[in-house]
Amino acid sequence: MKSSVITFPGSNCDRDMDVALKKFGFKNKMVWHADTELPKSDLVVLPGGFSYGDYLRCGSMASKSKIMKSVINFANSGGMVMGICNGFQILVETGLVPGVLLRNKYLEFICKNVFVKINDKKNKYFKNVDNEVLEFHIAHNEGNYFCTNDQLKEIEDNNQIAINYCDENGKIEDQFNPNGSINNIAGIFNKEKNVLGMMPHPERMIDTSLSGEDGSLFFKNLINNLK
Amino acid sequence: MKISVIITLKKDVLDPQGKVIHQTLDGMGFDDVNEVRQGKYFEIDTKENDNDKAKAKVEEMCKKLLANLVIENYKIIDLN
Repeated sequence: MKSSVITFPGSNCDRDMDVALKKFGFKNKMVWHADTELPKSDLVVLPGGFSYGDYLRCGSMASKSKIMKSVINFANSGGMVMGICNGFQILVETGLVPGVLLRNKYLEFICKNVFVKINDKKNKYFKNVDNEVLEFHIAHNEGNYFCTNDQLKEIEDNNQIAINYCDENGKIEDQFNPNGSINNIAGIFNKEKNVLGMMPHPERMIDTSLSGEDGSLFFKNLINNLK
Repeated sequence: MKISVIITLKKDVLDPQGKVIHQTLDGMGFDDVNEVRQGKYFEIDTKENDNDKAKAKVEEMCKKLLANLVIENYKIIDLN
């Protein structure tokens, strides 16, 4: 399976993602934002970081960069595109997934482990994951998912919510919402579910001695689903 | 010609920065403030000299980049 990770000026989780993808069997290529052609890929990842210094709005500049035209075409033709953290912010700015990510409700940069409940498994990202709840890491200042009431109704009707913040038992309540996101939303799909944007970092949970292994479950499962 | 743009958050969007500024003003004794909403301001100097054309271009810039219409409104102001 071939993957591509896009590096924007200010990306800082691109190499972590490269390590994670390779660890679980992807042949990964790093792609510079100013390139125009995407290598042949089964998966494209927009990594975390602070692309363009978060100027204007997080992800807004990166969403207009040269490579993104190819990424948008790839996504619109059914290609798998996953945006993590800043990558999620870039995805919402392209319009590939609905909504926006606002400043965290309590104005704090949040860096901690969280639990997320998988809301939908009828997609290539979470199909066959045995667990209902995964422990991932978040590190962000603008992760407060917001959308209009009409958009919320649409994403609920289409089952586009991927994961919600919860406790270790999968209970989704306001007290387990780290950043003020509507309905504890931590990640969403596009309608076709080939595009996934999420704030948590699975690539930070791939080593027992450093973190946990729920990211390993995620990536192992993902590559199997793509085969 | 110069054109300026003011971007504001829509009414229903939470503005925690505005809230903190409001609280701080309150603490400083400016206790008659109802609400503070923080926004963005741009000055755009364009080569276009036709007023209507320049404004139309800036409007396009607002829609495509400067504002995110899910959460923000924009107002274009002629500086000349």
